[in-house]
Amino acid sequence: MSASRAASRWWPTIVVVLVAIALPWIFYDWAHHRGSGFMISMFSQMGMMVILALSYNMLLGQAGLFSLCHATFFGIGGYSMVHFLNAAGDGDLPVPMELMPLLAGLTGLALAIVFGAMATKQRATAFAMITLGIGELVSTAALMFHHFFGGEGGVSTNRMIDHSLFGLNYASGIQVYYLILAWTAISTGLMYFLTQTPLGRMANAARDNFERAQFIGYDPRMVRFIQFALSGFFAGIGGGLYAITYEIVTFDALAAPLSANALLMAYIGGVTVFAGPILGAILITLLQSGVSLLSNSWLVYVGVLFIAMVIFAPTGLAGIIHAHGPIRRSGRLGRLLVPYLRLVIPSLALVLGFVGLVELLSFLTIGAAQGRKLVLFGGPIDIKATMPWAISAGCLIVGMIWLRFEAASFHRVWDGLTAELKSRR
Amino acid sequence: MTALQLRDVRKNFGPTEIIRGVTLDIASGERHCIIGPNGAGKTTCFNLVSGRFPITSGEILMNGTRIDTMPPHRINRMGLSRSFQITSIFHRLSVFENLRCALLWSSGYRYSFWSPLSRQKALNERADMLLEDLNLASRRNIPAGLLAYAEQRALEIGMTIAGGASVILLDEPTAGMSNTETDYAVALIRQVTRGKTLLMVEHDMKVVFDLADTITVLVYGQVIASGPPAAVRANRSVQEAYLGALD
Repeated sequence: MSASRAASRWWPTIVVVLVAIALPWIFYDWAHHRGSGFMISMFSQMGMMVILALSYNMLLGQAGLFSLCHATFFGIGGYSMVHFLNAAGDGDLPVPMELMPLLAGLTGLALAIVFGAMATKQRATAFAMITLGIGELVSTAALMFHHFFGGEGGVSTNRMIDHSLFGLNYASGIQVYYLILAWTAISTGLMYFLTQTPLGRMANAARDNFERAQFIGYDPRMVRFIQFALSGFFAGIGGGLYAITYEIVTFDALAAPLSANALLMAYIGGVTVFAGPILGAILITLLQSGVSLLSNSWLVYVGVLFIAMVIFAPTGLAGIIHAHGPIRRSGRLGRLLVPYLRLVIPSLALVLGFVGLVELLSFLTIGAAQGRKLVLFGGPIDIKATMPWAISAGCLIVGMIWLRFEAASFHRVWDGLTAELKSRR
Repeated sequence: MTALQLRDVRKNFGPTEIIRGVTLDIASGERHCIIGPNGAGKTTCFNLVSGRFPITSGEILMNGTRIDTMPPHRINRMGLSRSFQITSIFHRLSVFENLRCALLWSSGYRYSFWSPLSRQKALNERADMLLEDLNLASRRNIPAGLLAYAEQRALEIGMTIAGGASVILLDEPTAGMSNTETDYAVALIRQVTRGKTLLMVEHDMKVVFDLADTITVLVYGQVIASGPPAAVRANRSVQEAYLGALD
C-alpha cells in the first residue's frame, strides 16, 4: 500500500484521537481555570462505553454470539478494581495507577474463561439463554456476597493511591479522562488488531457458517470460547475505568440493563463495521447525559431509536455511512443532497410530534408528581389544553404520511444511483 | 495401501436403518465414485466418514487409524476434507478470505490471535494462487455469497482441497451446472485432486465414467457392486437397480 493510500485510510482515526485529546480544552472554563466537570465526566463515560460496546461487538457482530451477560465482565472489572485500589491505597499492591486497568481486564478475562467454557458449548438461542442465566446469577450473587460486592450500597474506593508512572495523583477529572482515553485507544487498537488475526477471521467464518468451520480443521466452539474470553478481558478494562472514574461500583455496573445497553450501543452504531459500536457508544452516552437532563422520557427515545434502527437500518449508523462509500467514490454524493433535504422536513415533523406526545403524556403523570411545569419548544405549555395534543398528533400523522412519500422517492434516487454504478463496472 | 476403510458401517435414524452394513476399501490415490438412486444413503455415507454424524455400529479407518469416534475438525486435521452438496461457504467473507480461512489450520496458525494476517506473505500468496487455479482471481474481493452458482461450487471445491488433505470427499460437485460448467468442473477436479484419494458422490453418469477409477453402487444403504467402471456397467444387478432406470 502506498503512503498516500495508507494515510487516507488512517486519517479518520488520527482525527478522532486528536479531537478526543482536545475535547477537555474545548470546554475548558478559561475564566476560572477549571475544566467543565459535566463535560469531562460525560467524555470519560463515553470512553468506557466505547470499550464496552466494542468488546460486545467482538461477540455479536464478529462472532455472531448473542450474549446477554456482557455487563457481568464489565461489572466484575469494576468491583475488582475497587478492591485493587483499596489494596494499593493500603500499600499492599505496588502497581502504578496507569497499569491498574490491566488487572481489572485480567479479572474480566478469568471470569469470562469460566463462564465462556459453559456458554460457548451451545449455539444460537441456547447460548443466549445461558448468558442470560449467567447475568442473573452474578447479579444475584452481587446482592448476596457483601464482602466483595458490598450489597445494595456497592463498594467504594479512593483513586488517589499515590503511585503513578508519571507522578500524577488523579485528583482531577481531566487526568482521569486522559487515563481513560489512553486505555480506550489501546483497547480499541488491540480489538482492531484481533479482527485481523486468524482467530478474528475464524470468528467471522464460524459466524457465517458454523459447520463449515469444522470441516476446514477448526473447532468453532474453541474459536468462540477464546473470542468470548478475550471480549471479557476488554469489558473488564472498561469496568476498571468505571471504578476509577466514579470511585464507587454498585449493582448497576453488572446488572442486565447495562448488558442491554451494550447491545443497544453496538447495534445502533452498526455491528457490521468495526467502528460502528464507537458511534453507538458516543450517541447513546450523549442521549443519556444530554437528553436525560432535558427529559424524563429519554429512555423512551433510546428505545424507539433502537426499534427504528432494527426495522429500517439493520446495519446501524456505520452501515448507513458505509453504504454511501461507492457513491462518494464515484463523486455522485451531491445528487443525494436534495433527496436528503426533502427527508428532513417530514422527519422533523414526525420527531416533533412524537416528542410532543411523549412529553405531554409523561408530564400528565411523572411531571405532575414532580410539580414541574412542561417547558417545550421555548415556552411553558398547558398540558390540560387540547391544542398542544392536537398539534403534536397532527405533526406526527402528517409527518408519517409525508415521510412515506419522500422515502419512496429517496429510494428511487438511491436505486437509480446504485444501478448506474453497477452498469459502469 | 488403503486410504479409507469402511467395515460393516451401519447408521440408524431412529428406527430407520439408512446405512445397512457398508464395507468398502478405497485405495490410496484412487478416484472412487459412489452412485445410486435417490435416498440410497450416499450423502449419509459422506456424513459418517467425515464425522458429521456418529455411526451406529461398525468401523471407519483412515490410513489404518480409526476415525469414526472423532469430531469433524479432528478428522479434517488428519487429512480428510469434504465438500457439501448444498454449497457451504462463508458467505459474508470475501472469496479470498474464504480460501485463506481454509488454509489457516493446515498452515499451522491454529487459534493465533497474535499474527496479523496481512503480514503472512506465504499464506496470502498461496490463497492467491488458489484463486488463480479456481479461475476466481477477478472475484477476489467480493463477498462469496454474491458469486454466481457455478463460481460458488468452484470455491467450495477450492476450500475443500486448500488444506492439502490427502483424502478428498466431493458431494455432487457438478449438481445444477450447465454442460460447459460441468466440463470445466471436471477438469478442475482432475487437476486439483492429482495424487490424492478422491471419493465422490455424483449423479451425472458422464462425469462418473469420465473421472472414476472405481465405482461403487449403493442401493438402500447397501453396496450392490463395486469395481472398475466397465465391470460395474456390465453388472446385471446394477443395470436392473439403477442404470436401467435411466434409459
